[in-house]
Amino acid sequence: MTEIVSIKGLWVKRDGHTVLEDVFLELNEGDFLGLIGPNGGGKSTLLKVMLGLIKPDQGAVRIFGLEPVQARKFVGYMPQKTLFDPSFPVTALEVVLMGRYSRAGLFQRYRPEDRKAASKALEAVGMGSYASREIGALSGGEQQRVFVARSLVSDPKLLLLDEPTAGIDSAQQTEFYDLLCRLNRKMGIAVVLVSHDITAISKYVNRIACLNQRLYYHGSKELTNEDIEKAYGCPVEMIAHGTPHRVLREHD
Amino acid sequence: MIDFLQYDFMRSALAAGVAASVLCGIIGIYVILNKIVFISDGIAHAAFGGIGLGYFLGFDPLAFGILSAVVTAIGIGTVSSRSKVSEDTAIGVFLATGMAIGVMLMSMSRGYSKDLFGFLFGNILAVTWSDVAVILVLTLAVLVLFAMLYKEFLILSFDPVYGEAVGLPVRRLRLLLLCMVAFSVVVLIKIVGIIMVIALLTIPGTISRQHFKGLPAIMAGSILCGAVFVTAGLFISYQLDVPSGATIILTAALAFFISALTSR
Repeated sequence: MTEIVSIKGLWVKRDGHTVLEDVFLELNEGDFLGLIGPNGGGKSTLLKVMLGLIKPDQGAVRIFGLEPVQARKFVGYMPQKTLFDPSFPVTALEVVLMGRYSRAGLFQRYRPEDRKAASKALEAVGMGSYASREIGALSGGEQQRVFVARSLVSDPKLLLLDEPTAGIDSAQQTEFYDLLCRLNRKMGIAVVLVSHDITAISKYVNRIACLNQRLYYHGSKELTNEDIEKAYGCPVEMIAHGTPHRVLREHD
Repeated sequence: MIDFLQYDFMRSALAAGVAASVLCGIIGIYVILNKIVFISDGIAHAAFGGIGLGYFLGFDPLAFGILSAVVTAIGIGTVSSRSKVSEDTAIGVFLATGMAIGVMLMSMSRGYSKDLFGFLFGNILAVTWSDVAVILVLTLAVLVLFAMLYKEFLILSFDPVYGEAVGLPVRRLRLLLLCMVAFSVVVLIKIVGIIMVIALLTIPGTISRQHFKGLPAIMAGSILCGAVFVTAGLFISYQLDVPSGATIILTAALAFFISALTSR
């Protein structure tokens, strides 16, 4: 098993506030981690640390055994709700091509193989026939698929998705999670999925962690009620089918 | 029309106007897509500080105008990203300060009111062939830069958050864009003046976006619109003996309203 993510004793402070406190996280090949937690709990910050966009104040972060900035070429990223002008004159294919930027490099034009990879990525998310459509003309769910294709086009070994299903309806969400599952199982891409919705993702992930400054994680798919209450700072009512103690077990 | 072109100052004015249309056709699209219309307007007004200084010292006012426009562009970019002052506040401060410095320095010099009028409202008929050459060189430089950095500016304009995550030098590209805006704005001051510059940067691109698809086509359409407005405005102002800058802007504004009403 190859170690993909190794975070040890990570602390991040911003403007004097502690955002992440003593976080430990390990992910291996083929893992699918669901990361939940309250707003402002540091979920996006943790992803940005993994991308090398935020430097840790303390602790060691290794992605594929490398510094996060060096590992970027193996990592696909989908930011929290891409805010863009819906009439922006750019096609789905051009959006996906943006994901090849780090391969093409500054001042270089995209090469034919970049375009081929972009078409393939669109096919992989079932959007092949929409390549020349303007991004604003697509539905919310279709746009999310295009953004996933953009994060896939650089052939990443690790996908970081920051609340990818915000603003799309539940039917499209289910389709979207199925797509992630396929990418994870068939292409062996490790996935870190940030979400608010523990019940929606528990069916798909094989690990789950809860983050509110500290990370509550047992390297498994279960969190105890105690973990969640600690993380959210108040009793949380869980809607689940299992024993009240192990909230997620019955979802397999 | 022939009669109108028999004067050399008309020919140089037309040449400058068409060259400037190419420049603002391209820069204008990026100004619109990056939503930096207000910054661009701030840069144009702040350039007046430099113009006043050049005028006061007896040097080329526009060279000093470019200098202060670039300083403002970098200033706004840096102040808003380094301190807790929001970007539009920073623009407001720079805009008014630049204007105040310009007015102060020009009032201390001779020939104040006539030239002040020219800088504020433009005087395309006073454009010389060497001005045309400067505009052409600048236009060429901007064309080359945007051709080389096409994909970078597309990412910057569409989704800078993602750009940063894939290692795009977002802050430096944004500063480069603002500097190019600064250069263009000063060139345009000669044509329509500080107060109306922003219309030439925004109207052609906005109209073009309503009728064309794809960035290259939109840019071409924007250049064409700009050239038509400048030419028509110049011709009408000659026929009616009214100020050229204002006529160009009114022509563009009229086209804008017609386009907005018909494209729905």
